[in-house]
Amino acid sequence: MKCYLDNGATTKVDQEVVKAMLPYMEETYGNASSLHKFGQDAKATLEESRETIAKAIKAQPEEIIFTSGGTESDNLALKGIAFANKDKGRHIITTKIEHHAVTKTCKFLENDGFKVTYLDVDKEGFIDLDQLKKAITKETILVSVIHANNEVGTIQDIEKIGKICKDHNIYFHTDAVQSFTKTIIDVEKQNITLASLSAHKIHGPKGIGALYIKKGTKIKKIMDGGSQENKLRAGTENIPGIVGFAKAVEIANQENFKNMQMLRDYFIEKVEKEIPETNLNGSKKQRLCNNINITFKYIEGEALLIKLDDKGIAVSTGSACSSKELRPSHVLIAMGIPPSVAHGSIRFTLSKYTTKEELDYTINYLKEAVKELRDMSPLWRK
Amino acid sequence: MYTEKVMEHFKHPRHLKEMKDPDAVGTVGNPTCGDMMHVYIKVGKKDGKEIIEDISVQTFGCVAAISTSDVVCDLAKGKTMEDAKKISKEDIIKELGTLPHQKIHCSVLAQDGLNKAIEKYENKNK
Repeated sequence: MKCYLDNGATTKVDQEVVKAMLPYMEETYGNASSLHKFGQDAKATLEESRETIAKAIKAQPEEIIFTSGGTESDNLALKGIAFANKDKGRHIITTKIEHHAVTKTCKFLENDGFKVTYLDVDKEGFIDLDQLKKAITKETILVSVIHANNEVGTIQDIEKIGKICKDHNIYFHTDAVQSFTKTIIDVEKQNITLASLSAHKIHGPKGIGALYIKKGTKIKKIMDGGSQENKLRAGTENIPGIVGFAKAVEIANQENFKNMQMLRDYFIEKVEKEIPETNLNGSKKQRLCNNINITFKYIEGEALLIKLDDKGIAVSTGSACSSKELRPSHVLIAMGIPPSVAHGSIRFTLSKYTTKEELDYTINYLKEAVKELRDMSPLWRK
Repeated sequence: MYTEKVMEHFKHPRHLKEMKDPDAVGTVGNPTCGDMMHVYIKVGKKDGKEIIEDISVQTFGCVAAISTSDVVCDLAKGKTMEDAKKISKEDIIKELGTLPHQKIHCSVLAQDGLNKAIEKYENKNK
């Protein structure tokens, strides 16, 4: 059996998406900037796709800028706002649990003379709204908070965050790569100025994403070249990718999410019941429908990952031993989880294709693998 | 990422277990870093010299930490104390083909554990 439970990393492209994309490689392959029919046909599709994505977050089509994915969107949002608004101030507020695309961009901006405040989170991964309010100064130009955390699935109250930013007249960016389509994003109601989106987390193709930028926002491009995407993102538009992205958004279905949530809770309950000394990381209630993050105490995550992989089960881990930097997940550490425990964390992320049989199969081998590794561990006392 | 030999030792380790009544235990690493080992030895005699008669390791750690622990036991078992002390990181890695670069520093701890166990044994029996 093969169980792909790493849908937080990337997803299988839906057949319908593949089918939608193919004609834009073989037939309507024109450059959307060209004046001839080939180009204009591509341009028409580009605008239709833009509309589909805009609608999904209650935005206007002209507020959607296509990019190469979540990382580029985060870079454009943060650097673009920082560079365009540095006369107003040089202070940015973000959190300790952002994706590296935000964290490392903030580090870059710090080296460039900006001041960045990294908000703490509680043990479930939530920021403290009072701390956010207190962190705001006259110099603050942007607040960037991840919508649903990629590792532990905690969903922040972005409506309240958006309101605080609006009251202080500060731009609000959210990395919504994991949450997009899985939970409601309403840029008007939630007072979002910028939102990063990606296709490959929602059964779309890799290499395509978008940044929502509210009309009237002062932002600078970060790449020089042609005038595509409202002069904000140079480079020939990736029409097949954009079409696939729009199709993925179009077919995203609430029923699937309910089903994933049911499977998620089934899995958590069963693991908690059948494997001793485990811990669910993150929030039980405000949690992404497809995210499960569990610590198996006294063992190390990479070893468990490889054991599961041997049985065809694909997962990921927050253990340091799996990262090139050899540091445990900054998200788990920020949540106050001791490094020794963070090493034993495993993330299982479901998709609409995940079945109960796959989860039962996984739990079965999980039990076996955890026991084997604990039997080898000097920390485990039977 | 890992060689077949690494995977073989990881999947079917022969020495990853606790030992009852060891003559000495060497402890290395700590759980905060993600690697911790207890190396157990039993000392015997052969041709008038003390040898590692039996050895086992308990390891909390990644694939590399577990397989290098197992290899150290293979290399040390039956060796005289003097020869066992000479086992190097390079010997272990050679036995496994190779290890990912970032793993060499942190996960090849077992030979330190072995040296500690030997040292403890020798101090105890001075």
